[in-house]
Amino acid sequence: MCGIVGLFIKDKALEPRLGELTAQMLATMCERGPDSAGFAVYGAPEDGKAKLTVQSADADHDFAGLEAALSKTLGVPVEFERKSTHAVLTVPADKAEAARAAIKAGHPGVRIMSAGETIEIYKEVGWPTDVSEQFHLKEMSGSHAIGHTRMATESAVTTMGAHPFSTGSDQCLVHNGSLSNHNSLKRKLKHDGMTFETENDSEVAAAYLTWRMNQGMNLGQALEKSLDDLDGFFTFVVGTKNGFGVIRDPIACKPAVMAETDQYVAFGSEYRALAGLPGIDKAKIWEPEPATVYFWER
Amino acid sequence: MRTIDLAVTPLRELNSELHRQSDGTNEAEWEILNPRGQHAVAVGVDAPIKVAVRGPVGYYGGGMNKKATITIHGSAGPGVAENMMSGSVVVKGDASQYAGATGRGGLLVIEGNAASRCGISMKGIDIVVRGNIGHMSAFMAQSGHLVVLGDAGDALGDSIYEAKLFVRGSVKSLGADCIEKEMRPEHHTQLATLLDKAGIKDVKTSEFKRYGSARKLYNFNIDNADAY
Repeated sequence: MCGIVGLFIKDKALEPRLGELTAQMLATMCERGPDSAGFAVYGAPEDGKAKLTVQSADADHDFAGLEAALSKTLGVPVEFERKSTHAVLTVPADKAEAARAAIKAGHPGVRIMSAGETIEIYKEVGWPTDVSEQFHLKEMSGSHAIGHTRMATESAVTTMGAHPFSTGSDQCLVHNGSLSNHNSLKRKLKHDGMTFETENDSEVAAAYLTWRMNQGMNLGQALEKSLDDLDGFFTFVVGTKNGFGVIRDPIACKPAVMAETDQYVAFGSEYRALAGLPGIDKAKIWEPEPATVYFWER
Repeated sequence: MRTIDLAVTPLRELNSELHRQSDGTNEAEWEILNPRGQHAVAVGVDAPIKVAVRGPVGYYGGGMNKKATITIHGSAGPGVAENMMSGSVVVKGDASQYAGATGRGGLLVIEGNAASRCGISMKGIDIVVRGNIGHMSAFMAQSGHLVVLGDAGDALGDSIYEAKLFVRGSVKSLGADCIEKEMRPEHHTQLATLLDKAGIKDVKTSEFKRYGSARKLYNFNIDNADAY
């Protein structure tokens, strides 16, 4: 089943409430995805800095000394902020790739959830409201956020199998549905140099869009192409540094409802997710059409 | 009038109260506040009562209705009035996918648009949609009427049996075994009655086209294998 929520803020005055509103939306979707949850929050960028959100199943052990070790390897100071099983590492933008390589090479227990200028991804196994409290989602602010509650069908219930998936800088994808051609597509993407962390079908969709955007397409064009190349059931909500996209497969049996006001664009698997948003009574509410790309940018 | 606020009263309590009503009930008018997209609001009512739902509902609003007149003052999630037996359900806003699915009787009126699979497998229900309907509507529709004042999406009436479809706007494509049919005088009369029941007075029956079954796929015929 799975539940998706998304909020893309247009009016800066609402940005401080991004986390609070997203947490409230996510809480309504618990029954749709009781086994794990996750969310991507796009916060304020810091000039010349990049962020990596990392996770560990044994955080006390793996995070001890991580900051010092990375500072030493990269030759620059690294900021480290722990949030439960996750931590955000801030490095100079030109050291982001080196930091990623250093973590992969020297810290096998540390998994990279996301990297980019503004994105932070948190995800864990568990009841969605517990996951959102674990990482204090309510207190986060930013320009847009995408959340997911998972009922696993295609791969194991693990932290890495939870959504969102991030396969490119400041990119993320959440998925409700199941893909049927992910294995063959994955082989092709691997051949072209994409790497994968899981056996999950949704990760293949995320990597596919990243691959298309690496070819020079924008998110809207990549989503358009996905209609030709992905087979199966899907409702995707996708984020980039400044973009927010929605697409459903041509059969469109996975539910979706959207709302737009002067202040925001919002997505929910059901209306319940939107019911608590400010000004919802006056919002334009609609069901996204099948095989149609919806895309906002700021 | 009984007013039940779903912000305070659990949904099961509301539905149990509604199920306690029967033919001779004195509580003929009900108002439901704050549905906030909850599922299964006013499902399984079996009494000639009036129910006004003030706001949007989630899955299966007014499902399995028998005898009641239910008005949803908002939009409806998937499966509104699913398997309705009799009575009526009116949606003032839009309806999500499979509105009126498998309905056996009664009248479903959607004043906004309906999404995909509207009237799928309908078996006697009458559905009137003021706006547009999505793809695969009236799939395997067996009997009853589907009236659409706007446009229909892809594959209208795929594998249809004897339901009658009236569409005023364009039809993106017809499904297997669904064809346009002549509007004979009895169809104009039938359509006028349906429009009247739905409270629609601003359109003429002459603006509609009728669609129905070509009756080629009723029984399996090896020559039709390519169509499956």
